[in-house]
Amino acid sequence: MRLEYFEMIDRVTSWEEARLTADAHVPEASPVFEGHFPGFPLMPGVLMVETMAQACGWLMLARSGFTRMALLAKVGEAKLRGMVKPGAALTVTAELVHDGSGYAVLKGTLAEGDTRVAEAELTLRTMAFPSPELEAGVRARAAAIGLAA
Amino acid sequence: MSPAAPDQTFETIADIISETANVDRAKITPEAHVINDLGIDSLDFLDIVFEIDKRFGIKVPVEAWTEQVNSGKAPAEQFFVMGPLAERIEELVAAKQS
Repeated sequence: MRLEYFEMIDRVTSWEEARLTADAHVPEASPVFEGHFPGFPLMPGVLMVETMAQACGWLMLARSGFTRMALLAKVGEAKLRGMVKPGAALTVTAELVHDGSGYAVLKGTLAEGDTRVAEAELTLRTMAFPSPELEAGVRARAAAIGLAA
Repeated sequence: MSPAAPDQTFETIADIISETANVDRAKITPEAHVINDLGIDSLDFLDIVFEIDKRFGIKVPVEAWTEQVNSGKAPAEQFFVMGPLAERIEELVAAKQS
């Protein structure tokens, strides 16, 4: 993970039609921890949600053959069950609930070992890439995290 | 699911809109435009479509509808006024069953 760059997913470990699993290692140090919180560094809850959303986005990108971008539109039923500290090794999963026309609903989960630390129902808009630069950047990032593009 | 009577389809969609977007049920008439009259924004519309997809076991082709409207091939009223919208949903349900 590079929190400051919103690079939340380190490695996609598996994906199939309706499910993706990935690794995300929380860094030991980040400017984010200087403010959240001084003397008690914790991964912000919004970044836990962002991590699940990115896993869901990668699943939708892979399903489309990297022809359609996915953007977070709604966070529903989010539960942040545990605190995530620097150095934590997280497993992120994304499961497709419904693939609609121009949108998808997915369930994201975040676990540290056997302990589930977060879950949320996430709605993503799906659309053609708005720019070739974004498409190229997404494809390059997909290759870097082990997701064939 | 079995074919729904037109009135029943309309009532189901109206209930979904009322519950999902917190719209006064009395305002949801067959002549009401879901955006202009009922004030449904794009995110609420996504939630409504999700509920319709689930309830009727279909995939409402919102992208194709929008493209038809934007290209001038069909009037917006064909898809976004309650009465015609219910008819489109019935067509989708019938097409799935055939």
